[in-house]
Amino acid sequence: MKSQLRSIVRSGKFMTGFVIFVSILLLTIIYPLINPGDPMARIGYDSFRTRPGTYVSLYDTLDGVNTFTFRIPGANDIRISNKLREDDRERIKYWLVEYGKQEEVAGLTEEEIDIEDTVALLGLWWEFYSDEVFVRNLTNAERNAFMRLDVRLDRLFDIDDLQVYTLNPETGEHDILFTEVSTDDYINVSDVANIIRLPLGTDNFGSDVLKKLVLATATSLWIGLVAGTVATLIGLTLGLLGGYVGGIVDDIIMFFTNLFTVIPGFVLLILISYGMSQMERGATTVAVVIGLTSWVWTTRSVRSQVMSLRNRDHVNLSKLSGHSMPKIIIKDILPYIASYVVMAFILQISSGILAEAGLSMLGLGPSTTSTATLGMMLDWSIMKSTAFIHGAWWAYYPVIVVILLISFSLNLMNTGMDQVFNPQLRD
Amino acid sequence: MKGYRKYYTKKIIWFLITLVAAVILNFILPRLMPNDPVNAMVGRVAQGVSDPDVIRQLYEEYQREFGLDRPVIEQFFIYIGNLLRGELGKSFTQRRPVADILATAIPWSVGLQLPAILTGWIIGNLLGALAAYIRKAFDKTLMPLMLFIGGIPAFGMAVILLSVFSLNLGWFPPSLGYDQSLIPAFNWNFIASIIRHYHLPFWSIVLISIGGQSLGMRSMSIYELNADYVKYSRYMGIKDGKIVRYVFRNAMLPQVTGLALSIGTMIGGALVAELIFSYPGLGSTLWRAISGGDYPLISAVTLIITLMVLVTVFLLDIIYGLIDPRVKASQYE
Repeated sequence: MKSQLRSIVRSGKFMTGFVIFVSILLLTIIYPLINPGDPMARIGYDSFRTRPGTYVSLYDTLDGVNTFTFRIPGANDIRISNKLREDDRERIKYWLVEYGKQEEVAGLTEEEIDIEDTVALLGLWWEFYSDEVFVRNLTNAERNAFMRLDVRLDRLFDIDDLQVYTLNPETGEHDILFTEVSTDDYINVSDVANIIRLPLGTDNFGSDVLKKLVLATATSLWIGLVAGTVATLIGLTLGLLGGYVGGIVDDIIMFFTNLFTVIPGFVLLILISYGMSQMERGATTVAVVIGLTSWVWTTRSVRSQVMSLRNRDHVNLSKLSGHSMPKIIIKDILPYIASYVVMAFILQISSGILAEAGLSMLGLGPSTTSTATLGMMLDWSIMKSTAFIHGAWWAYYPVIVVILLISFSLNLMNTGMDQVFNPQLRD
Repeated sequence: MKGYRKYYTKKIIWFLITLVAAVILNFILPRLMPNDPVNAMVGRVAQGVSDPDVIRQLYEEYQREFGLDRPVIEQFFIYIGNLLRGELGKSFTQRRPVADILATAIPWSVGLQLPAILTGWIIGNLLGALAAYIRKAFDKTLMPLMLFIGGIPAFGMAVILLSVFSLNLGWFPPSLGYDQSLIPAFNWNFIASIIRHYHLPFWSIVLISIGGQSLGMRSMSIYELNADYVKYSRYMGIKDGKIVRYVFRNAMLPQVTGLALSIGTMIGGALVAELIFSYPGLGSTLWRAISGGDYPLISAVTLIITLMVLVTVFLLDIIYGLIDPRVKASQYE
């Protein structure tokens, strides 16, 4: 036993999986401590527009914060290219290409215009564009749109100093707060009172995705654990009964086991979950139901192991010594199948987490507003809202990555153990 | 022939037993649950209706329609009778016979999943056998990769492929089975559109099954390669190519059984992958039915999925009988 444990620990695969899994587990415990607060709280009101990043209170930056002057040569260029939006760049290019086709100007072709190069792009625009130039291929609406674009592009260069006013409630007049905010003024971010860090933005509810993800990971791990425990306990009991007792008990157990091997557990899961009312479908209930529908594999493998152990000499000796059945099972059989049971349990955790995710995406997952699961996050971002259309990758990609890491780490642990217990598979 | 007959009689009887059990479960599970579907449907239809009389009337009407006011045994026989006549009731949300909805959805699902699972199974087995035979660097890189891919749920792979190849690169359309501006017809335009929409769902299922199958095949092949008959054949000087063929065939048999046993999980996973792509198959139908509380449709879809799984398993059993030398040998007894 000891030497086996040692070789498990030495197995590279097992340890890699173990480290990944434990890191995820620790993260779900530690992160809420360093970043407390309700993960389900709605903090944002712009749904998917809040991309990942650091948000600084605009009010606080203007009010009572020290300003410092830095003169950095390229600052204005950066400012302008940042102001020039992606779709405006595309449209400038579109006009230039159409114009180039009509007047046969060299250098104005699809390939030669680089929309990333702001200086060159605007240079070309001002060289060729004027509202008098008539480009045939454009509709009237487009022509008007390009006139408006031209005005807007001119305004990009209005980088004069700003003046900030506050409304004086007594006089009803605007008092000057700052005489001027110059383009060279900077503030230190650590002076600003309110800063929100959203490494993964917000989801469609306006909740902090990272915070929610940590909570969801914890809940999903819990679901996996419960489902795995339920399935393993049922599987172990049935497998031991069938394998050790044999006879009619075994026949009955095997009949149902074979039956539920071919009838997909997925379908049973759907039927049972649909039958439960929304109020009853908490995370733990769903986990128990998943466990109830996935004991088949454990039963099969435990039974076949026990069958081969049943007539070994040491078991017969125990029987002859008059030991009771529970004692024989615990002392003489369980130690031999423990490794299989643990391996099956590990796989059950992983498949439980995946089952919850699949069920949630179908709309039959836990129905609760007090917690989140990985499946519910995917369901909300992909099926029930429009993260794909908004390009809100942060609402679903991190969830997928966490699911991958969990299932990969558990599979690695399982394979590592498999290689220890089945020497033939070793490299 | 006697061996065959015995084997197949056993398989057919078992198929019938599972079929009956599946139908019973499909009938009884939702009825065992505390929340009866009629209540849920009335709740949905009667949203905003405050008059209790109207709600009760609706409730009774639905109960009559489903025959729920009769004893359970009688309900069961009505249910069976309807099934045999192919009457699956009428969908609430789509106001069409359920059988019609299924008839349009099934070809999409079967056309997607059958080729995908088979392709994945074949490629996976080849890769697994190669990894076991060549080992070394090939095995060292392939194995962790497959372990990673095999662990990805089908919907996860679907999301990854969708966001990379459709949303970012724009190579393939992100959803549906064909271009909605086209009228379904047997012409090149329409077929091309179907093929374009087919790629991503297809590859997401194929990749996953490659992952799972190759690992199984690798272990099986390693077991076989270490078997005594291989060593003996080597001592006898039999050519490597010939030995490998035997090893491959022996390792294949458990893989056929393995496919039969895992087909339910695979189809379940593939259904959720269909969902991501809004592919017009059973997965999306099921999703719409669930979100609409469309009970007749849900129960028909679950039944049809079970049926598909059972038939596939049965067919695999038959194929297994044809290729397993032990079944074959017993016919000469």
